[in-house]
Amino acid sequence: MPIAKLLIANRGEIAVRIIRAAKELGIATVQVYSSADADMLAVRLADEAVLIGPPMAAKSYLNIPAILKAAAESGADAVHPGYGFLAENAEFADAVVAAGMIWVGPAGDAIRVMGDKVAARAAAMAAGVPVVPGSDGRMDDPAMARSVAERIGFPVMIKAAAGGGGRGIRIAQDLAELDRLMPQASAEARAAFGDGGLYMEKVIVRARHIEVQILGDGSRAIHCFERECSLQRRRQKVWEEAPSAALPQAMRERLCASAVALAEAVQYKGAGTLEYLFDDATGEFYFIEMNTRIQVEHPVTEMITGIDLVREMLRIAGGAALRYRQDEVQLRGHAIEVRICAEDPAQGFKPGPGTITALTVPGGAGVRFDTMLYQGYTVPPFYDSLLAKLIVWDEDRASALARMTRALDELQVDGLPTTKPLHQALALDADVQAGAFHTQWLEPWLELNLDKLGGMA
Amino acid sequence: MSRQILSPLPGIFYRKPAPDQPDFKAVGDTVAVGDVIGLIEVMKSFNEVQADQAGIIAAFMADDEEPVMAGQPLLDLA
Repeated sequence: MPIAKLLIANRGEIAVRIIRAAKELGIATVQVYSSADADMLAVRLADEAVLIGPPMAAKSYLNIPAILKAAAESGADAVHPGYGFLAENAEFADAVVAAGMIWVGPAGDAIRVMGDKVAARAAAMAAGVPVVPGSDGRMDDPAMARSVAERIGFPVMIKAAAGGGGRGIRIAQDLAELDRLMPQASAEARAAFGDGGLYMEKVIVRARHIEVQILGDGSRAIHCFERECSLQRRRQKVWEEAPSAALPQAMRERLCASAVALAEAVQYKGAGTLEYLFDDATGEFYFIEMNTRIQVEHPVTEMITGIDLVREMLRIAGGAALRYRQDEVQLRGHAIEVRICAEDPAQGFKPGPGTITALTVPGGAGVRFDTMLYQGYTVPPFYDSLLAKLIVWDEDRASALARMTRALDELQVDGLPTTKPLHQALALDADVQAGAFHTQWLEPWLELNLDKLGGMA
Repeated sequence: MSRQILSPLPGIFYRKPAPDQPDFKAVGDTVAVGDVIGLIEVMKSFNEVQADQAGIIAAFMADDEEPVMAGQPLLDLA
């Protein structure tokens, strides 16, 4: 049954994005908000708004009983979780369904499987999708570790089987180092987790982050090509493109087909993203994890395919079958997205909430600006620093880069610091223009180019 | 005239380093300049609040997990 009234369990720019898609489908909208967000754009745009708690996210946007109560009292028949907050919370997905509503996303059990790294890796292997080479489960003795390392090749990462948070991880460059580090890693794992068990993965040096967008209706799945998100700071993406400049066409077809195989193997329903590492040196790709939600960088895919991913999520959740055959999804041109955050790149990306005193939004051909901002809006200090996403499309990558520089020059946000100067410098950088980067490229670049981050407005 | 330590930033005030750990400081504790009296979470980044004056804590003016404005008093010094 198509959705009639949708509750948006999120805030900021993605809430605005979801409301827009719902309105175009004739779906009524209910926006929840914390007491710090009464003035946010999504509250102004939604048909109804419901206060769900105080500013702290744990008491509002992460408060499952408060959100379910708002849904029940407003008569919503569906919940869209956006990204972040409760978007990949299987218990919330189950609770929404148990309350008789539609969850806009895959079922709680699919979220559980893909949220568990070991289970997701097993599902990928079962579907014939390459994963990072490593041991099959635990390695109990040094002889076994040596043989695994010689099979997959150095450098290798030794990880705690029970681990997390980076503890117990060691990188060995050769057999001698492996012999020396194994007992240390095991002791540290035992101390930290009460379990000295270890497993091993190959270190993919200078990897690129490439991810495939998929849409599934529970029986059939399609891909909408890939995005490259290799420009990262502290594992956070700052700049995303589609397609990847590094992927030869034959590789693109293999990569995207592997994503569809995995999505169909788990009978995936909704929009999802499979993340891979792509090894420039060998031309190999490895599945790392799946995100069972819409992603921040989804607009670059929309720009190169013309498909409105959020609209399709709402249609599929409402019971419709996929509207596209794979051969109807055509890749055209090149799109780039940059994240405009309330942070000062010249001061270590220090966050700077504040009031928008003036705002000039870039326009013109091939330019899209997804934002939560309006003039006079006060950005609260309690949530993520993402203010807007500037997305450009053009016929090829070089033209898209020129268009990005032009659009960034038009953008003016007064009243708080933003990451605009970072993106202006990146768009003009020779390596970025050549597409010569990987996930470890940006952080050293930032140290060397601090003088370029003070703004060129 | 009472002396106060003010929040340097807007955000969420925390009196302890992590939910399962004890408070940085309690009423009656002595603070020296530079002592950490709490954390302010601004846009998911955590910032230490250091005492800019010494004294004995008479009262906290903001609770744990309370939203605060920049310049808002966090505690009174005796």
